[in-house]
Amino acid sequence: MPDTRSTSVPGTVRARALPAGPGPTARLILLLLLAAVLVGLATAVLSLPPVAPGLGAVVTEHLPASGVEHPVTAVLLNFRGYDTLLELAVLWLALLAVWSLTPAPLAHEPTANPMLAALNQLLAPLMILVAGYLLWNGGHAPGGAFQAGAVLGATGVLLHLSGRRLPRAVDGWPLRLALLLGVALFSLIGLAVMAGGAPFLTYPPASAGGLILAIEAAATLSIAATLAALFLGGRP
Amino acid sequence: MTPASLYALVGVGLIVLGLYALSVHAHLLRKLLAFNVTGSGVFLVLVGLARRTPAAAADPVPQAMVLTGIVVAVAATALAVVLMLRVQATCGRAALNDDLGTLEPLQPPPTPPAGGPAASAGSAEGAPPALTGTTAHAP
Repeated sequence: MPDTRSTSVPGTVRARALPAGPGPTARLILLLLLAAVLVGLATAVLSLPPVAPGLGAVVTEHLPASGVEHPVTAVLLNFRGYDTLLELAVLWLALLAVWSLTPAPLAHEPTANPMLAALNQLLAPLMILVAGYLLWNGGHAPGGAFQAGAVLGATGVLLHLSGRRLPRAVDGWPLRLALLLGVALFSLIGLAVMAGGAPFLTYPPASAGGLILAIEAAATLSIAATLAALFLGGRP
Repeated sequence: MTPASLYALVGVGLIVLGLYALSVHAHLLRKLLAFNVTGSGVFLVLVGLARRTPAAAADPVPQAMVLTGIVVAVAATALAVVLMLRVQATCGRAALNDDLGTLEPLQPPPTPPAGGPAASAGSAEGAPPALTGTTAHAP
């Protein structure tokens, strides 16, 4: 009997039934295999020494030269700056792929809920403030560009859901600039320090704090714009 | 059993749970969710094991790696959702064709005869009703 629950929508391909899952024998073999994986991984975890110094001591030793006081931020933006730079590039590439696959914004216009719009009028300024606080906090406490960017991106998503749209004026190159700013400034600063003879992304300790804050501010803007644009799922 | 290894063991459990759901479910959204559960398990193992330091603070390097990984996972998930919507729009269902190996053409809509190879391979009972109902309205 065909699947009558998934009715076809006019203008789209008719929905088809999903293929059945694995049978009982295949499921049993799968469970046995996964049990072996579980036992193997658990044995590996339990066989680790209960106390391991890790790299915390090395990070603490070099923390004064990093320009920030929080070890995670120092690792992210200074000691392992490559990872963060490439991660921003990955974020940007994912958005490029999404835009290539969906040329137009998805046509799910949300019903303009007056309650949601009113709530967002209160929430949005507060969330922008929280994002700024998180960004500034990253220098000496948990926080930083990713957390701030996530909060700011969620603000954009909330505003979109309450019916607000980007004005036409910033729809084109200003949006592209915001998306690219993080990678661009990060790479530029990384290259600029090479003029002083230092390797790529090795900031001079005297100005490291300011450089990291500038990179984080740009990265926050880019991460927020990228996350919100990924949610919208189409090239505006 | 230290708290650090307990967190890591919970992460191992999440990894295996996600792998099971990834293998069993045919719907691509379920596969995507399962893959995210597996990824969360990996993150939990990493940050759990980072807590094994003798000092008061945890090892910051795995934390930074996980923070990077979370953002990449979010971006990859968004890309996977868009790919899934394209599969749904092209094939009429958000699942891969294991039996045929190729995408079927858009028109006419496939109507497998009773007793045919497709009818024996796939049945309506295996389809989760909630997911087929919602994704049928996807653009």
